[in-house]
Amino acid sequence: MTAPTTAGTRPRHLLDFADWTPERLTALLDNADTMSQVLDRPVRKVPALQGLTVCTAFFENSTRTRVSFELAARRMSADVVSFAAGASSLNKGESLRDTVEVLTAYKVDAYVVRHPASGAAHLVARYSGKPVINAGDGRRAHPTQALLDAYTIRQEFGSLEGKTVAILGDIRHSRVARSNAELLPKLGARVRLCGPATLLPADLAALPGVTVTTDPREAVRGAHAVMALRLQQERMSGGYLASLAEYADHYQVNARLLREAEPGAIVLHPGPMNRDLEISSDVADGEQSRILRQVENGQAVRMSVLYHLLVGRE
Amino acid sequence: MTLTITNIKRPGSEAPESVTVENGVIKGWNLPHEGEVIDGQGGAVAPALIEPHAHLREPGQTQKEDLASGLAAAAAGGYGTVVSMPNTSPVVDDPATVRTLIEKADGLGFARLRPAAALTRGQEGEHLAELAYLKEAGAVMFTDDGRTNEDARVLRLGLEYARSLDMVVSVHAEDASLRAGGVMNEGPVSEALGLPGNPAAAEAARVARDLEIVAQTGARLHVQHLSTARALELVRGAKARGLPVTCEVCPHHLTLTDEALRSFDAVYKVAPPLRTQVDADALLGGLLDGTVDCLATDHAPHTGAEKERDLLEAPFGIAYIELAFPLMWTRFGERLGLERLLDLMTAAPARVLGWPAPTLEPGAPADLVVLDLDTEREVDPRTFLSKAKFSPWAGETLRGWPTLTVVGGRIAFRR
Ligand SMILES: [Zn+2]
Repeated sequence: MTAPTTAGTRPRHLLDFADWTPERLTALLDNADTMSQVLDRPVRKVPALQGLTVCTAFFENSTRTRVSFELAARRMSADVVSFAAGASSLNKGESLRDTVEVLTAYKVDAYVVRHPASGAAHLVARYSGKPVINAGDGRRAHPTQALLDAYTIRQEFGSLEGKTVAILGDIRHSRVARSNAELLPKLGARVRLCGPATLLPADLAALPGVTVTTDPREAVRGAHAVMALRLQQERMSGGYLASLAEYADHYQVNARLLREAEPGAIVLHPGPMNRDLEISSDVADGEQSRILRQVENGQAVRMSVLYHLLVGRE
Repeated sequence: MTLTITNIKRPGSEAPESVTVENGVIKGWNLPHEGEVIDGQGGAVAPALIEPHAHLREPGQTQKEDLASGLAAAAAGGYGTVVSMPNTSPVVDDPATVRTLIEKADGLGFARLRPAAALTRGQEGEHLAELAYLKEAGAVMFTDDGRTNEDARVLRLGLEYARSLDMVVSVHAEDASLRAGGVMNEGPVSEALGLPGNPAAAEAARVARDLEIVAQTGARLHVQHLSTARALELVRGAKARGLPVTCEVCPHHLTLTDEALRSFDAVYKVAPPLRTQVDADALLGGLLDGTVDCLATDHAPHTGAEKERDLLEAPFGIAYIELAFPLMWTRFGERLGLERLLDLMTAAPARVLGWPAPTLEPGAPADLVVLDLDTEREVDPRTFLSKAKFSPWAGETLRGWPTLTVVGGRIAFRR
């Protein structure tokens, strides 16, 4: 539904990476370096978005992501208004369109949208006509998370070119995995998706630069970055797993598994962690872990995204 | 009441003719003009279309559709008869409701209503409804459509009971446990979009099970809205074995695929879901080789607001009874030919239901449609008579629009 854009034109939204060229993505990450310098100053504020209003519209709870976006917007002097509603608490018969049109009538300049349904951010973009940043929609995409992952890997190795990233866990239900599988190959990296067969849709192997495997050792072998995904414990009751213990035994990112990776490999996790389930505590806190760095980088990356979408558009 | 329609062409004939209808039946062809005279403008005339599968939402959900809007929309689509599905609120599972619906529809003067009744009480799938009483009240088919028949033994009993009444049972063939929370076809597109998928196996597995029950009981089964190549192949095999099974496909499954969901527009959310081009091609093959018995729209109206929700929250269903013929004629007229297409929408559904074939012979009920096969018109949902004013084909240009629908000798629609 979004028209394909050429390398020269700037995408209007960040819904997923379909419209984003490698050059644009690299510019975005370069810009995050500048933003992270702002965060190192004694006064962590710049006037870039003065006079603009950013609405964080969260139809699904996520305090961490919301705080990260709101701080990013405030550090650039934007006004922030937050709207929170469970999708199911919308009045019966009230469409997503009605909600968005009301918010737009309040003169919002951009939206940050979190929603339990894949594609909801696309609908907000369609109905609002304003720039939309997808802060996670269903299983579909969580592009700023993937950008901060890419940024963190790049920070470590200087470039993503030729790097291998293993992502382990509940791939099927993970927007983080989907967004990384879309983004990282655009930046020259290879992605290996790994999990138990019930949580690993084989169709994702059709994406360029992506392979899937159920064998964690094969996934991690020679990898430069190893990412563990949060395992929702409901997957047990959904019948996807026989037991958490069996899962942890086979798919946990721990010291033993990390020995398969490239020396100097880093460990990532989108958080919040189930310690000693998908990741062992010693690895989460260990010297290869960049988990807190990810959180820190998240703010700079989100500032860069807001800047890119709202300032100096040609 | 007498009516003469002039300047119309019967299929297979180029000469313009006129037909006179009187007291609800066809009086004859090319008689001296009598009563109101209507110029058919060279259109093709055919028996009015029969819709074997529509949701009219009355009682209980009249914000989506009601008998008046649904049957007026049907008449605008060239339909003279509509079989309504019983998954209303309350469910049509008692004789009084069947009678009430028919009486109310008769007074409206649009398409005729022939209700299907629930196979099981409340469509709960546990106890058979009072099938004999329902038939006496005017129900023409039994189905738990809208729900799936999970308990195979109950379906078996229902088939046997319906057989003794010489009635057909139709099924929404999807295994509910395999379908799970799927909102679209399971495959590369659903994975890329991160939407829960409904696998083709949900349909094929259920069709396979039901065909075995048909083989066991000899009772007649009609499979609704087939969407997959595999399930169609199973029906083809069953027919080759001589089993008494019929099936329908919907124009939306022939003309759209799961790629449409890339828009995240819930107008494309239907059950069973839009599948792949391979499936759509196979279904067309089934129409061409006769495996598919008839067309049905599964007209499933909803409010615009409901369809403007996200893909998890929005309800399943497209409503396009007004477009079915133009859509089929424009897309597949050349492949199918006019006579086959008309058969699929008139005599074929009648055969499925066990009714006499509709004809335009003198003495037959005066249910007919005049179709303008050439003039192109753009689809504008705002002009729909249905309350559901949204459409996957909005803005498309189609040919084959009905210009006149006569039901029981009365004008039910005129463009
Ligand atoms: Zn159905």
